[in-house]
Amino acid sequence: MRRSMCHLIFILVPVVIAFALLPRVYSNHLLLFNFVVFLVLAQGINVIYGFSGYLPFGYVGFFGAGAYGFSLLVLHLHAHPLPALAAGAVAALLLGVILTPLLRLEGAYFAIATLAASEAVLQVISNPNLTDITQGPYGVRLSGVYAPRFAYGMAVAILAFTFLVVIFLRNSRFGLALQAIRENPISAGMAGVNVVRARVIAWLVSALIAGLIGAVYAWYISVFYPETVFDLGMSIFAIVFALFGGTATILGPLLGVAILYGVYNGIGIATPQYFQLVYGALIMALVLFLPNGVLSLARRWGLNVP
Amino acid sequence: MSREQGAGQLPLLGVERLVKRFGGFAAVDGASFHLMPGEVLGLVGPNGSGKTTCINVISGIYAPNGGQIFLQGKPIGGMPSHKLVRLGINRTFQVPQPFLALNVRENVEIAATYGAHDGSNADIEAILASLGLDAYRARAAADLNSAQQKMLDLARALATSPRLLLVDELAAGLHPAELKRVAGKLRELADSGMALLVVEHLMGFIGEVTDRVIVLNAGREIFEGRLSEATRHPQVVSVFLGGDDVR
Repeated sequence: MRRSMCHLIFILVPVVIAFALLPRVYSNHLLLFNFVVFLVLAQGINVIYGFSGYLPFGYVGFFGAGAYGFSLLVLHLHAHPLPALAAGAVAALLLGVILTPLLRLEGAYFAIATLAASEAVLQVISNPNLTDITQGPYGVRLSGVYAPRFAYGMAVAILAFTFLVVIFLRNSRFGLALQAIRENPISAGMAGVNVVRARVIAWLVSALIAGLIGAVYAWYISVFYPETVFDLGMSIFAIVFALFGGTATILGPLLGVAILYGVYNGIGIATPQYFQLVYGALIMALVLFLPNGVLSLARRWGLNVP
Repeated sequence: MSREQGAGQLPLLGVERLVKRFGGFAAVDGASFHLMPGEVLGLVGPNGSGKTTCINVISGIYAPNGGQIFLQGKPIGGMPSHKLVRLGINRTFQVPQPFLALNVRENVEIAATYGAHDGSNADIEAILASLGLDAYRARAAADLNSAQQKMLDLARALATSPRLLLVDELAAGLHPAELKRVAGKLRELADSGMALLVVEHLMGFIGEVTDRVIVLNAGREIFEGRLSEATRHPQVVSVFLGGDDVR
């Protein structure tokens, strides 16, 4: 397991230290927080799509479930944020368990089914008749637990956990088995892999990752509407970031978020009129020339990218 | 060679009145046969006679609609593939099915890790070397030619140390030298005690590696015995070459 030690020391540790120290030198903390959120979501997509081959367009559903799991505990039980984070994780896991039958679908059917599921959860939560429980469409206010520094710290901890998961998958036999299932589920079965169990584990782990970061998101911004945390745009961003960098790697999603979210914030704020042009051109170039992500370039040159 | 087994011995594989339907069509329609340890049984028949479906059902890819399958007397029909693999059943595919994005060694390593039955740890390097794949171990399976991919299928199956190996048209598309080597390899496996069920259209290959053949037609066996006898059997001749229906 020497390779995984290298990945821990040279990827996880620098990333975590960087995000832990950046708030001291860079004043736009919300932007840093959003970077962490998208990094975690992109790695979550990496787990379920990169390693397992399932593309969930409705991935944000887990994020929203986490945010509301957190909020419900704070609103109704006046819980401390830490147990409320656990509630967010449990909510996302529960949603994941309920949606496991979707794993019987493949490709576009799976993608669309998860999208529908995420929309369904949004509609239930924003139902005005449930205002007493979820605050319905009027949104949640959690000013009582507002603690942006603490919340940011927890986001970085979740980032570390997520990288740990991906490093494990990149170096373990379980990760190899998931990739085997992605490549050919029938052959994976004939290699002795319990295909259903491995898929469900990957699915729930990716749900857990999104749920945790969704809960921290609710905590950090503390005032939000259902549409904020079930925004399809978040799914799309996370998917595009992961694909742009290259999936089934540790660095791919990191690279994707750094480049694309960097460009998004750079151009989007400085010259918003050119933003969509540049973004569209970037993504088209990727699809045309590097459909397996930027890192596939390095692999083409014979480098083994972590 | 253990070509003739004692009558009292329990067969390794027993298939009894096996039925597999796809909609209204019965691909396998009451086939029965058995296989002793160390025996090589050929499964022959015209296209669509149910040979591959038989293998797919025995290897757990489809659940049977009727009949029973026994492994050393224990019913195994309808069990999922990964459990059958761990009980000692494995197979190759007519069209090779490697994990294309993974390298050759990883392809075999997965099977050795997850599929090993009775805790045996297969020697991956020895398997690769015996099938001429050792030089390609770091290459992606997608970069192999189809003959090499077939060998990789076989390597993956062997990494689980099966007691029963189902071989689905391994010889098709191989050139004569490869054919000879593969035939030798299969005989070698049988001599080590492994039972083999071989589906093949190349009769020369069947004659070389099998002890006994079953001829299937329309999902049911119409002949059992040596290949040389099968070629003189009127119903077998009629099924393969056409002619008066002798049924």
